[in-house]
Amino acid sequence: MRIAVDMTKCQSYAQCAFLAPDVFRFEGDEALVYDPDPAEQLRARVTQSAAACPVQAIRIDGERRRSVTKAVRPSALTETDRVVVVGASLAGVTAAETLRSDGFTGPITLIGDEKDEPYDRPPLSKQVLLGTASASGTRLPQASDLNVEWRLGVAATGLDVDARAVLLADGARVPYDRVLIATGTRARPWPVADEAALDGVLTLRTAEDAARLRARLAAGPRRVLIVGGGFTGSEIASACRRLDLPVTLVDRGPAPLARALGDTVAGVLAEVQREHGVDLRSRVTVSKLHSDANQVVTAATLSDGTTLDVDVVVVAIGALRNTEWLRESGLSVGPLGVDCDETCRALDSDGTVVDGVFVAGDVAAFPHPSGDGRRLSVEHWGNALGQATVAAGNMRTDGHACHAEVPVFWSNQFGHVIKSVGMPEAADSVVIAQGSTEKRSFVAVYGVGDRMVGATALDQVKWLEHYRRRIADGAEFPPTGRTVDDLPGSDRVVRPHSTPANSDERSTL
Amino acid sequence: MNTSSEPGSGCPVTGRSTTATAVWNEFLDHDNRADPYPVYARLRDAAPVQRLDDGAFLVTGYDEILEVVHDPRISSNPLAGRDDTEGAAPGLTSAFVMQDPPDHDRLRRQTMRHFGPPNHAGYIDSLRDDITQTATTLIDAFPASGTLDLVEAFAYPLPVMMICDVLGVPHDDEPRFHAWSMAIIAPPEATTPDEAERLQTEASKATSELGAYLAQLAEVRRGTPQGDLLSGLVNDTGPDGAMSTSEMISTTIMLLIGGHETTVNMIANGALTLLRHPEALDRLRADPSTMPRVFEELLRLEPPAQVTPKYVALEDVRIGDVTITKGSPVWIAWAAANRDPRHFADPDRFDPERENRDHLGFGAGIHACFGAPLARLETQIALAELFSRLENVRLVEDPPPYRRNPLLRGPSRLDITFDSILPR
Repeated sequence: MRIAVDMTKCQSYAQCAFLAPDVFRFEGDEALVYDPDPAEQLRARVTQSAAACPVQAIRIDGERRRSVTKAVRPSALTETDRVVVVGASLAGVTAAETLRSDGFTGPITLIGDEKDEPYDRPPLSKQVLLGTASASGTRLPQASDLNVEWRLGVAATGLDVDARAVLLADGARVPYDRVLIATGTRARPWPVADEAALDGVLTLRTAEDAARLRARLAAGPRRVLIVGGGFTGSEIASACRRLDLPVTLVDRGPAPLARALGDTVAGVLAEVQREHGVDLRSRVTVSKLHSDANQVVTAATLSDGTTLDVDVVVVAIGALRNTEWLRESGLSVGPLGVDCDETCRALDSDGTVVDGVFVAGDVAAFPHPSGDGRRLSVEHWGNALGQATVAAGNMRTDGHACHAEVPVFWSNQFGHVIKSVGMPEAADSVVIAQGSTEKRSFVAVYGVGDRMVGATALDQVKWLEHYRRRIADGAEFPPTGRTVDDLPGSDRVVRPHSTPANSDERSTL
Repeated sequence: MNTSSEPGSGCPVTGRSTTATAVWNEFLDHDNRADPYPVYARLRDAAPVQRLDDGAFLVTGYDEILEVVHDPRISSNPLAGRDDTEGAAPGLTSAFVMQDPPDHDRLRRQTMRHFGPPNHAGYIDSLRDDITQTATTLIDAFPASGTLDLVEAFAYPLPVMMICDVLGVPHDDEPRFHAWSMAIIAPPEATTPDEAERLQTEASKATSELGAYLAQLAEVRRGTPQGDLLSGLVNDTGPDGAMSTSEMISTTIMLLIGGHETTVNMIANGALTLLRHPEALDRLRADPSTMPRVFEELLRLEPPAQVTPKYVALEDVRIGDVTITKGSPVWIAWAAANRDPRHFADPDRFDPERENRDHLGFGAGIHACFGAPLARLETQIALAELFSRLENVRLVEDPPPYRRNPLLRGPSRLDITFDSILPR
């Protein structure tokens, strides 16, 4: 059977792990790890767990997706209107499920360039690398009534917005009345082409990538070199250490995850990595990858002058948006993706809404909530889910609901869960508002001027519910007054928050 | 706390209203115990956060409760922000239920090491057969047909035997700790100040006697662990070290009382609700795999822990348009939230198929029920065994008589009649 846990909702109540301990496990006190593909005979236990989850975060295949819109509004689509979704991953599947659960019965076509059914990416850098789940075992659970036409293993090559058709690599034209662009991103390759092509130099984005990397790790390399200390790189480092493999993580920033979380929190995470045996080299880059006569990578020379013998190099330096197929479409496309408005409608180069074209997920460049004209793309699981839900709702009803929820993202590494709400990367100040960095258990709160914009918890995730609400309300920063865990000597100093601005490392799964 | 009263002045800033107190008094009135829900609805409809005349704030809205219990300015330590120690339950103050982080987190972790993940994952799951066997034994002892009190014959003994096994308390001592337990939870049942004082004195005495009893059981296990939770606590070598003796006694008193005083009500409330909905009961009997959803809906509709009166505001905390003033007690009405129509459509209807299962029957936030996984398994197995074996079960009296405690609500007895018992 297939399951997926919405970790943006999970508050680590652990009810699932009590009821189905063979499926749901905790690493440390709060980091949930689960088997995305449990044996069918465990279905009763998993169903019991899903029912018991206090935040209803567990999704199981074959169940109808619950309607998220409280009162379903009337449809603007007729039963013969054709919906085409380009991109068969989390955002695309969520949009299709939302259309169905809200009552749309017309034809839906899902187009994806990978030949396999849609799968969930978060387990790829965790369970799959550890070998506790197979790369083919992370397929997304699907609602029993999805009823879509699949066009898998064929890439979209163009969008004709005048004739309302999607062009495919096999020459087919797929006509639509409404189309959703959800083509996501791909791993940014190592910029030196000869080196990128070496045997043993890998990236991690797809299930196939994960299977390849897993095989390399299982073979027991002398050392793994990870380039890039974003979420993906850090999670791979965590998996390597769990497998007791020597690992070096090279990051051009001051500390891993500094770009996303700022150097105060990232500094703690750097210590966590070192405590777990990662050879962490911050403010260091790779100067050269060496190979043998068979074009197999053998060593790496770093900017700090050292040369390491390595058998595996994982390039985790961020992602590129899959927008090339839209080059001739007339849509406004930039490095952040396809420009859209708050309602997930695509814009053309004049900034005018293109009729019938919607965008969701990593590929969507939407207006920054600050309203200052900047654009933003968010490469997080929760964003794909939320944006696809809004896009599908607006598509079906001709509505103008806005994608405005407070972003939530998480990462599991080194036995901890790191979870954020809001936009820590936008902050200018940070304070450890609860808990203790020394105990590796805290909540950091971020501000811009006197406004709270984000919070990150290392474990302690239950408190984030509070900060999520306060951020949505535009609460004041810094938070003042006593909290339950104030102790004499608590370090509640507001510090300047800085992120390495020149870094282009954005990598999340 | 202060008891200022300005008659009839519904103050918009504090949400204060004498009406709220009058309605709250109706809730406390034992005559409303069988169906407190219309009273909750009136309180909630008036305002989801209201100040009572004694200074406490009562929270009855679903969203408002989630907000309050996740707010780090709301303490669970009854002594937090106070100079006096009046009202603190002696002997229980160092149990994690009445502690804030970091002590709360440490104590809960130290206890969880012997109860659940990550250190003891699979333990509760491994009790499934024991729970089933215990339920079977109890049902086998029922008369072959006729009438019995389900509380006495089933809902009470099942969780008591299980929590004894988990902790390492001999079953034979049940009459002793039953008396102590009853005395400890009795004070909210008082109807007059004199009675309250008398019950409080008796509760203190019971707490110290129960504490001494548990300390002696723990001492026997020091150095010779017997695989139970007491042995685990007294011999702990985990990363947080071992609890102090007084912490250990507080913790085990809390678990012993919490482990059965609530689950007995859950099983009784569950059986009562199913018997009031014969079609739902028929569907459950026809397809026992629907139990998980049935259980969560039962817990939403009839939660044993109705109100938790233990939180304290450390600062002024604004919830919606009401400010919970610094130093005020905060009472959380989980049972009212579970029927908040802003969250649950048609909230008074028993509907196991409903989409929202995110009820607050086990609380929420860092103090969410520690024993929930055990209570959930016990109740699901108990109700499944009961209704798969008893033929043609009917209620003798509806509503049944209720225990006096309005906060931990449940029938004092539940007389049922049935035609026969099927073999397991």
